[in-house]
Amino acid sequence: MNSQAPQFSQQMAPAAGQPYTRNEQACHDLSIRVRDLNLWYGKNQALMDLNIDLFQKNVTALIGPSGCGKSTFLRCLNRMNDLIPSVHTEGLVEMDGRDVNAAKMDEVALRRRVGMVFQKPNPFPKSIYENVAYAPRMHDIVSRKAEQDELVEKALRDAGLWNEVKDKLQEPGTSLSGGQQQRLCIARAIAVQPDVILMDEPTSALDPISTAIIEDLMDKLKEKFTIITVTHNMQQAARVADYTAFFHLGEIIEYNDTKVMFSTPAKKKTEDYISGRYG
Amino acid sequence: MSDSYDQISQQLKGRHRKSTRLKYISMGALALAGAFLLIFFADMLSKGLPAFKQAMINIEINYTEDAARNGREAVDRDFSTIISRSVVRVIPLEMRNDPSLLGTSVQRWVLASADVDQYLKGNPVRLDDDEKARIDRLVEEGKVEMQFNAGFFSRGDSKMPELAGIMSAVIGTVMTMIVTLAIAFPIGVMTAIYLEEFAPDNRLTQLIEININNLAAIPSILFGLLGLAIFINFFGVPRSTPLVGGMTLALMTLPVIIISTRTALRSVPESIRHAAFGVGCSRWQVVKDHVLPLAMPGIMTGSIIGLAQAMGETAPLIIVGMVAFIPDVTASFTEAATVMPAQVFTWSGEPSRAFVEKTAGGIVVLLAVLISLNASAVLLRKKFERRW
Repeated sequence: MNSQAPQFSQQMAPAAGQPYTRNEQACHDLSIRVRDLNLWYGKNQALMDLNIDLFQKNVTALIGPSGCGKSTFLRCLNRMNDLIPSVHTEGLVEMDGRDVNAAKMDEVALRRRVGMVFQKPNPFPKSIYENVAYAPRMHDIVSRKAEQDELVEKALRDAGLWNEVKDKLQEPGTSLSGGQQQRLCIARAIAVQPDVILMDEPTSALDPISTAIIEDLMDKLKEKFTIITVTHNMQQAARVADYTAFFHLGEIIEYNDTKVMFSTPAKKKTEDYISGRYG
Repeated sequence: MSDSYDQISQQLKGRHRKSTRLKYISMGALALAGAFLLIFFADMLSKGLPAFKQAMINIEINYTEDAARNGREAVDRDFSTIISRSVVRVIPLEMRNDPSLLGTSVQRWVLASADVDQYLKGNPVRLDDDEKARIDRLVEEGKVEMQFNAGFFSRGDSKMPELAGIMSAVIGTVMTMIVTLAIAFPIGVMTAIYLEEFAPDNRLTQLIEININNLAAIPSILFGLLGLAIFINFFGVPRSTPLVGGMTLALMTLPVIIISTRTALRSVPESIRHAAFGVGCSRWQVVKDHVLPLAMPGIMTGSIIGLAQAMGETAPLIIVGMVAFIPDVTASFTEAATVMPAQVFTWSGEPSRAFVEKTAGGIVVLLAVLISLNASAVLLRKKFERRW
């Protein structure tokens, strides 16, 4: 183990009001368990011995300076890194007791359970309706048209977009504003009823008002989904996240309850970063 | 001290002059290219349009018993030298097919000989002054006139220029292109999809990629040799047929389709693929549902351009024997056929003066087809292009 890496099992503090259980024991609110995860882009190591437990129905924010590996780590969770030929990973990423990197784990099945929202809104060049209906239909979640309509409405309502688009469902998804497009992408992700939603800087391309709407949305969505979000905005992490992990140069420097971390950071580097001294 | 405003303006003058000069040079280049195109079209049209007119003579045909043996007997002796030989040749045949014609006579417009046609079009011909005077008289009487040459578009090739038409070549071209498209489009598109979306980036695929790019630059006559050696000599595909011609042209069109399809696939933003993978699409679903629909206009445009290129190709078809004399319209893919450029090539080699305008007329038809193909490529692109 890297000597600089945090001693995870000791460092983990139980959050106030959270039923905390030890790492090695099965715990009902654990969503994703990561152990000794290493990742290389060709010969460059991007992630070093990551250990982290991510909890269900919470928002976990990954913060850190650019190039620290937080987005790379996020993509390990639904194996989007598989799309990059030079990437090589080692270590355990366990979801519901299954190794997601195992040979018999189908990445398509995994991504059905782990949805993703990207930095730049990327709706399909199809109608608003079709953007949401496409994936559930593909996964055979819905069969009849009525069911499909119902699901589309529900997903759009959950994403807080229904009232704005209910009269123009057949218009192209790209005709919406940036913030609306991002909520459409969230609706698209939750339409397949995943367990986890990964958000890769979901508000970095949006104006403050759209950002606030998305943040409120994250707050609501965590009742149903586990949300893991990457953000450059520390205020955002402080506002929306229950847990925060601070990444630096491919390592997790500190991972803790957000309130604890922002008030009394355990590490000097964390303190420097969140107080804006670098990054 | 920094430069004053005047100093900066002084420097800028030279730069502005340069950009103005460059603008005029580029405009000049465009004008020159346009002028060449205009001259080419004007020349082709002035030479080719007369081919769409044909001298006709109004004569009386007597279906006598003599005529049943020798068609020449059916018409006035004065006319027999100035009407097309093809007219008298079919008279006995007509009478055999319809015996009731015997003893009747009919007044009708028939093809004039090529000499009459050329004389009326003002070209030098081998007619003596008496004959010329007689034709002039007939024109005044309204018995000889220029009419629209519908036969040029409905008949096949002939050794008699007044009878020669482009129809068999048009049909041959259409059939050849059907074969080319049926082979090159699916193979080309699937190859491009594999290389662009599925294949790992390794030595082998790089080698394949380099070779495909090189294939596009190979002289087309080599594809003809390949077609001759592989398709005709090895596989025994009948020569001179739309089948072998289409297969040969498909080889030539493949790299064009592959390259344009790959370009079209590459132009689909990566974010769309990520979005599709993110909702749990398999690789094939990503391609089929998201990438292909977006790439389709580009693929179709590339394929049509490739097809238009194949359509204008003559060299490889000469090698596989498609420069044949085809008087009748080809009915099947395994019958001998000719194509438009090959027909133009054949006519250009004919010694008779009257074939010059046939050659130009053939080129006009070929150009019209090519322009309409390219225009349809533009229209398809416009229609299916998604601006969102």
